[in-house]
Amino acid sequence: MTGFYTLFIKELLRFWKVAFQTVAAPVLTGLLYLLIFAHVLDAHVEPYPGVRYTAFLIPGLAMMSMLQNAFSNTSSSLIQSKITGNLVFILLPPLSYFEFFAAYVLAAVVRGLIVGVGVLSVTLWFAVPPIAHPLWILVFALLGCGVMAVLGLVAGIWAEKFDQLAAFQNFLIMPLTFLSGVFYSIHSLPAFWQSVSRFNPVFYMIDGFRYGFFGQGDVNPWFSLLVVSGFFLLLAGWAYGLIKSGYKIRH
Amino acid sequence: MSAIVFDRVVKRYGEFEALSGVSFAVEQGDFFALLGPNGAGKTTLISILGGLAQASSGSVTVMGHDVSADYRPARHAVGIVPQELVFDPFFTVRETLQFQSGYFGIKRNDDWIDEILANLGLTAKAHSNMRQLSGGMKRRVMVAQALVHRPPVIVLDEPTAGVDVELRQTLWAFIQKLNEAGHTIVLTTHYLEEAEALCNRIAMLKQGRLIALEDKATLMKRNKARSVFLRLKPARLPETLQHLLVAERDDGFELKLADPDALPGILLAVQACGLSIRDIDVSKPDLEDIFVETMRGAA
Repeated sequence: MTGFYTLFIKELLRFWKVAFQTVAAPVLTGLLYLLIFAHVLDAHVEPYPGVRYTAFLIPGLAMMSMLQNAFSNTSSSLIQSKITGNLVFILLPPLSYFEFFAAYVLAAVVRGLIVGVGVLSVTLWFAVPPIAHPLWILVFALLGCGVMAVLGLVAGIWAEKFDQLAAFQNFLIMPLTFLSGVFYSIHSLPAFWQSVSRFNPVFYMIDGFRYGFFGQGDVNPWFSLLVVSGFFLLLAGWAYGLIKSGYKIRH
Repeated sequence: MSAIVFDRVVKRYGEFEALSGVSFAVEQGDFFALLGPNGAGKTTLISILGGLAQASSGSVTVMGHDVSADYRPARHAVGIVPQELVFDPFFTVRETLQFQSGYFGIKRNDDWIDEILANLGLTAKAHSNMRQLSGGMKRRVMVAQALVHRPPVIVLDEPTAGVDVELRQTLWAFIQKLNEAGHTIVLTTHYLEEAEALCNRIAMLKQGRLIALEDKATLMKRNKARSVFLRLKPARLPETLQHLLVAERDDGFELKLADPDALPGILLAVQACGLSIRDIDVSKPDLEDIFVETMRGAA
């Protein structure tokens, strides 16, 4: 356990020592999105009956920031360590594959949650969404961050240079999160795009998370839970297998 | 039980074979030198030992533990100082060593960390960030990182490449102390005088093959060649000795003898030509000569 705990703490400190970049910046970005979109759309859009657009947007923005930062934490920590070569100090000790996996993923989840709380606490000044089911909020926050942290682990292991990681981030993660219903309810989309959205796993994370606030969503939260946890298990198995095989980290 | 056993270790990278079936053992308490030119496979061998690379076939054990099947006890048993100068820029020297201890499952290690810092001349830098250290200081921290868990086997991959005399002396004094306390040391270096001064056993690798493995004393003794430097009056080398001439320097002649037995013959030849000897110096080959010769012989 000491090995896991040490790596976990080291990963927490790694982002905390540069918290301006890893926590404050995404919180500010979330706030800017809210200011602009709320200003433009608040008077025109009512996503759910009786729900103001600004209130609707807040959980989506919080979740999007959490997901992106959970992904960033594992992926950038790994690629930095690989490129600078100091990953060797983690590969030489007798850390088990599971300790390695769990420490990276949990630290990323913690960063995601801190950013999420940060985004909520600065945006709540503009509108206060209700909290219908706090447990759903927590479950989807944890699972969503977990999925993205594991995906970041896979990306960090796979990428050999920053450029490849940036491609992963900009061409996969960004579209998936932006087109997941952060800024809109998918019921406002044409039928075709509604169906496409249902193939996006991030949609279920955001919809389930939002359900926790408003008690209503685009799909049943239990179904979202099934999709998101299934995705988590699948990705976790894959990442664990990569770590165990030494793919791209033990030559 | 041997400290390390390499058994028919093969490592291929695609078509290229970096190690072609290397087998040898390092005994407990050895101060072992692993020598070879660049690209011989020394670092690959060490990487496999530390689990940084996986052998294509063959096996490696450390203190009886297989490095892949039984990787956790194997990694506990060995401390490796990698060749590349690497560090984590986020942390101070002490934090770095505390984390490294934690990865090995050691919670409170500050007494031992203090001792390592003192022995490596790092005490004053304990609270400096890694980024602020000079190259030599970073290298010392890497050595310290390999020692936090008091491994019975310590492997240093070119630890003195590009570092100043002071660090070399500090480092070797500390490593010798650890060796005397029972730690097994494996060293790769291009400074052969270091290997000659410190090690008791020597292995040589070339192009992924083991070409020599011996006690240093045996290796040094086995080579009977001698270098003879003669200054003669008048300064002229007899015709019969020309074939032994290696170089002319400092108004004298350097001759290479295959065996010390040939020396009387040389003196007789000099006398027969009516020359007198103003100076003579006979020297044994050092490890560097033996290394060069062994590498040539294995061509």
